[in-house]
Amino acid sequence: MNDLTPDREERSANLKGMGCSRKRVEDARFTQGKGNYVDDIKLPGMLHGDFVRSPYAHARVVSINKDAAMALPGVVAVLTAEDLAPLNLHWMPTLAGDKQMVLADGKVLFQGQEVAFVVASDRYVAADAVELVEVEYEELPVLTDPFEALKSDVVLREDLAGQTEGAHGPRKHHNHIFTWEQGDETGTNQVLDNAEVVAEETMYYHRTHPCPLETCGSVASMDKVNGKLTLWGTFQAPHVVRTVASLLSGIEEHNIRVVSPDIGGGFGNKVGVYPGYVCSIVASIVTGKPVKWVEDRMENLMSTAFARDYWMTGKIAATKDGKITGLHCHVTADHGGFDACADPTKFPAGFMNICTGSYDIPVAYLAVDGVYTNKAPGGVSYRCSFRVTEAVYFIERMIEVLAIELDMDAAELRRINFIKKEQFPYTAALGWEYDSGDYHTAWDKALKTVDYDGLRKEQAERVEAFKRGETRKLMGVGLSFFTEIVGAGPVKNCDILGMGMFDSCEIRIHPTGSAIARLGTISQGQGHATTFAQILASEIGISADSITIEEGDTDTAPYGLGTYGSRSTPVAGAATAMAGRKIRAKAQMIAAYLLEVHDDDVEFDIDRFVVKGAPEKFKTMKEIAYAAYNQAIPGIEPGLEAVSYYDPPNMTYPFGAYVCVMDIDVDTGVPEIRRFYALDDCGTRINPMIIEGQVHGGLTEALAVALGQEIAYDKLGNVKTGTLMDFFLPTAWEVPNYETDYTVTPSPHHPIGAKGVGESPHVGGVPCFSNAVQDAFRAFGLRHTNMPHDHWRIWQAANQLGLHD
Amino acid sequence: MTDKMHIKLKVNGEDKEFLAEPRELLIYALREKLDITGPHVGCDTSHCGACTVTLNGKSVKSCTMFVAQANGAEITTIEGIGEPDALHVLQECFREHHGLQCGFCTPGMIIRATKLLEENPNPTEEEVRFGMAGNICRCTGYQNIVKSILAAASEINTAKEAAQ
Repeated sequence: MNDLTPDREERSANLKGMGCSRKRVEDARFTQGKGNYVDDIKLPGMLHGDFVRSPYAHARVVSINKDAAMALPGVVAVLTAEDLAPLNLHWMPTLAGDKQMVLADGKVLFQGQEVAFVVASDRYVAADAVELVEVEYEELPVLTDPFEALKSDVVLREDLAGQTEGAHGPRKHHNHIFTWEQGDETGTNQVLDNAEVVAEETMYYHRTHPCPLETCGSVASMDKVNGKLTLWGTFQAPHVVRTVASLLSGIEEHNIRVVSPDIGGGFGNKVGVYPGYVCSIVASIVTGKPVKWVEDRMENLMSTAFARDYWMTGKIAATKDGKITGLHCHVTADHGGFDACADPTKFPAGFMNICTGSYDIPVAYLAVDGVYTNKAPGGVSYRCSFRVTEAVYFIERMIEVLAIELDMDAAELRRINFIKKEQFPYTAALGWEYDSGDYHTAWDKALKTVDYDGLRKEQAERVEAFKRGETRKLMGVGLSFFTEIVGAGPVKNCDILGMGMFDSCEIRIHPTGSAIARLGTISQGQGHATTFAQILASEIGISADSITIEEGDTDTAPYGLGTYGSRSTPVAGAATAMAGRKIRAKAQMIAAYLLEVHDDDVEFDIDRFVVKGAPEKFKTMKEIAYAAYNQAIPGIEPGLEAVSYYDPPNMTYPFGAYVCVMDIDVDTGVPEIRRFYALDDCGTRINPMIIEGQVHGGLTEALAVALGQEIAYDKLGNVKTGTLMDFFLPTAWEVPNYETDYTVTPSPHHPIGAKGVGESPHVGGVPCFSNAVQDAFRAFGLRHTNMPHDHWRIWQAANQLGLHD
Repeated sequence: MTDKMHIKLKVNGEDKEFLAEPRELLIYALREKLDITGPHVGCDTSHCGACTVTLNGKSVKSCTMFVAQANGAEITTIEGIGEPDALHVLQECFREHHGLQCGFCTPGMIIRATKLLEENPNPTEEEVRFGMAGNICRCTGYQNIVKSILAAASEINTAKEAAQ
């Protein structure tokens, strides 16, 4: 069988390795309705849990009467904080070092807060019983504005009263959580004081929500006979959930199995630990039966994991010819009733300190003040690495404002301030070491492709036509250039609840030359089963079609920190490559033995090891796998398995250049996206089809956030956008076609040079859409207006500029 | 709790009979009584379309219809349009053109598309976008969904022409 056919090209194609647009293996089950999501799980005797939630944003809970609810046939239990207190489960730790009530303990701090947990025979009985639980509240003054909260005498967190030190340093006020400072304040102020030009702006990045199409939920099943707890749920980090569940419940970790089944989108919503998970576990322990909890859409929008809500004030200093000399940023961060942000421990404002963006800024200072208010907790990274969307929005707006101040073209202003290719690795003023980049090449390619000069000419003509009364539509050219920071760890810098942010891959090659690989991550639609098999195919020479990828079951998968912050490819992808290389190293020894040559005399060639200089002498990986199990090889133990736990030496820094061309009807405020061009550089490209799909999706979520999506509250703390009637999710009708493009600047420290891409389009897309809207009005004096730019707000902006007179 | 009703449905060609409270929503009857879990619940307010099924020849959001209203109806869900070794052309095209990511909207999306192409076998891109506007996807940005449906229309039409 040792002939040389098929040829190298064909053998390479058969692998379906890195770089090919392999069709997804997940799709067979999803297109046939055979996905297995948490709400599809049905166990014998399973009960349903449902929450009694607070209608008030701030109130004392005077009494809870369960009698009527308990009298309803089918109701098994009604749990309150009083029931959880003996187990010490009425409060739980948050990922941000704070603690959060599982069920209202004396008071409620936001509308929709969990007050009691009803357990019943089916979802209808549970819902009926929720209505029968009588809760007496005493209303308290409501604080929905973080600036007011910092001045108010009203103490939101009575449990923290008198504590002047929080998890992240001193607290200045009873509603203050932390101040996080980065960079050189004195140096930055000196530069600002002496600058030729300073542009200042305050912007509000509104509160929104990741809103995956599948809401959060869990099924807990306590097997009292064997002492084993199984927990299925919508977990972006199943291993962390297991550890937290063990610490909270006292059940030893080996007796807990956490499973993330198919997940219907995450976008950050499914990183945190929610009261529903805890209550389903407690209810199963109490009743001895499996208990399912699945929130509805309104509960999802009101209570789990908001994103953003940053008030950002910037000062940017520059020379008259546009060279940026310093940047100052202050953020007032509204964290809601509990600090439940999902950030690495040392970063209470995430990676907001990437806010110097893609620019060579010599000195900078950032301070973030976290504040409690009567809003839902969360502060997750909605389709971005930790707070990077906020950071990139901030700098990309500041650049536009500076361009206005300098009366300069915003594309040129970016170009003259970009970090240059030869400066990488580049240490930014706020500390991050950017691993690689080639911003000028990407920018020039983008501007050339869209004919930037032509667009500006057309825009100027449009302004003149508008002034002559020939049109009522203005044209905006939105620009953004972003640098993401993804792939947390390294462990020395990044942990969550003390758990280092490495990730893992374990590979087992079967005797006939197929394989299974298990990872510490969990796909929520990213297509891991497809792409990780491609990485392995290229590394170990076995076709991707012969490799099963499994994730999400803590009993079988190696420990890992999960999927969020675009960390799967940078961290678990690296672990996969490294584990693959261990397999290859052993395979090399086996091949050398079989070919009767020295280990160093064989080399890897696509799907086989060949004798150097004699390609007709080879052993395929299939042959090697068989020999590994079935042939006694002196000095080599049987089997072909490997595991790698990968602690990345640095983050990866994907970047991109986006341009949006928009027409805006001044009289209706309706924006029409004429063109959207997105160039992404995510380093080595594993599957171009999947990359493109991620870019389309991320841009659409960016469109939503920039043009209408928000979680809004009234003065009493009522959520005004609690259903999809009010919370904007774009449909096919509102979304344009996107043009995608790329450059490739591999990460120098990642084993395959990949950087991650899922969140880049959101990070770069939000400022691009927003800049397009604002750019349309630049000629009429608009400097900045806050998102979301829905029709009404755009109309108001036009009106304030006198364009309706 | 009210008295249960005797419900008869024909689902994916099979006759089904069961008892249900009249207030029970069709989606829960399908998912929890009949174990047809392809249709999903995404919003409860008939905005997202994850629960879409075909009922007596029309696209219906099964989260906004009582099972009592559906009594006697003929229903097709994602489970009823293809077999593992003989997929519906839309199922093939969604895979071919990467028209799905997390898969949660996909059953509703595809079942809606089957009706759309029956109503309009030669849709323009704009007509596809309008015709699918009742189904929300959070992952794909729709570009590849539209591409998948247009490709399916073209394949169906080519097959029809070949048959004539």
